[in-house]
Amino acid sequence: MIQVTVNGAAQRFDQPLAVSDLILQMALAGKKIAVEKNGEIVPKSAHGSTLVLDGDRLEIVAAVGGG
Amino acid sequence: MLVGTGKYKDFAQTRAAIEASGAQIVTVAIRRTNIGQTKGEPSLLDFLPPSQFTYLPNTAGCYNAADAVRTLRLARELLDGHDLVKLEVLGDPQSLYPNMPETLVAAKQLVAEGFKVMVYCSDDPIQAKMLEDLGCVAVMPLASLIGSGMGILNPWNLQLVIDRVKVPVLVDAGVGTASDAAIAMELGCDGVLMNTAIAAAKNPVMMARAMKKGVEAGREAYLAGRMPKKLYSAAPSSPTGGTIAPSQSKAA
Repeated sequence: MIQVTVNGAAQRFDQPLAVSDLILQMALAGKKIAVEKNGEIVPKSAHGSTLVLDGDRLEIVAAVGGG
Repeated sequence: MLVGTGKYKDFAQTRAAIEASGAQIVTVAIRRTNIGQTKGEPSLLDFLPPSQFTYLPNTAGCYNAADAVRTLRLARELLDGHDLVKLEVLGDPQSLYPNMPETLVAAKQLVAEGFKVMVYCSDDPIQAKMLEDLGCVAVMPLASLIGSGMGILNPWNLQLVIDRVKVPVLVDAGVGTASDAAIAMELGCDGVLMNTAIAAAKNPVMMARAMKKGVEAGREAYLAGRMPKKLYSAAPSSPTGGTIAPSQSKAA
């Protein structure tokens, strides 16, 4: 079991997983989002190859209305 | 004219107002996505397709350079390498006045990372020039505080900024109604960025149309070159000669 922080909230997963799997499990697949892990961008091209480990901090963002 | 996409009733109204304004560049904010809720919820980007609008992601809500830089890196990733951005580093949540020292730090970093930085700033001509020298592609001084609708409070400073920098100058923040937009353009601004003035109008779509006309009127007036102001001794517009004989005063 690993615990990671996604957008400020603790999330548990059975084991380390790729960013792309995390996106799938969180029902965010196909959405226009961007991912930062521990302060660094994870490019879309690296979602499949980047592992999320215990204690990682992720930010997943989208575009919203703003001025 | 550049318009914001916040504070509207819904995405349909956002779209209608933006179309009425004629703006081609729209600002968007970058925020944490909802997780595990509202599946299939419409996205702003669906209503404002990138084929029709250029997005200008902002750093609203950032109070230091590091957060602003991270936000725009996320924006570039989100928007597939799009590098035109609006940098704003705020000083405090009450006034939303820009924090200029942090803005300068962030601008330098973002330019070094290849971003094209349009920057919200104070109306201080010296710092506007510093931002230009750092490589920002446009400076965007506030006319008055964000969301205040107070109009252009210091046209003289704005004039100094316009005179001093070579990059485009856009008024960002403070425009309240169409005449404010016109005044900004008459002063020689290259554009105006607004959000609340349209979104918070009773009829946002009609206000968007009014703003478009205000911007166009101001721009044409600037290009046409206004007459000089003088306090009095104005020359009448009608001929001074050839008036009819003065009336005889009637005896009592």
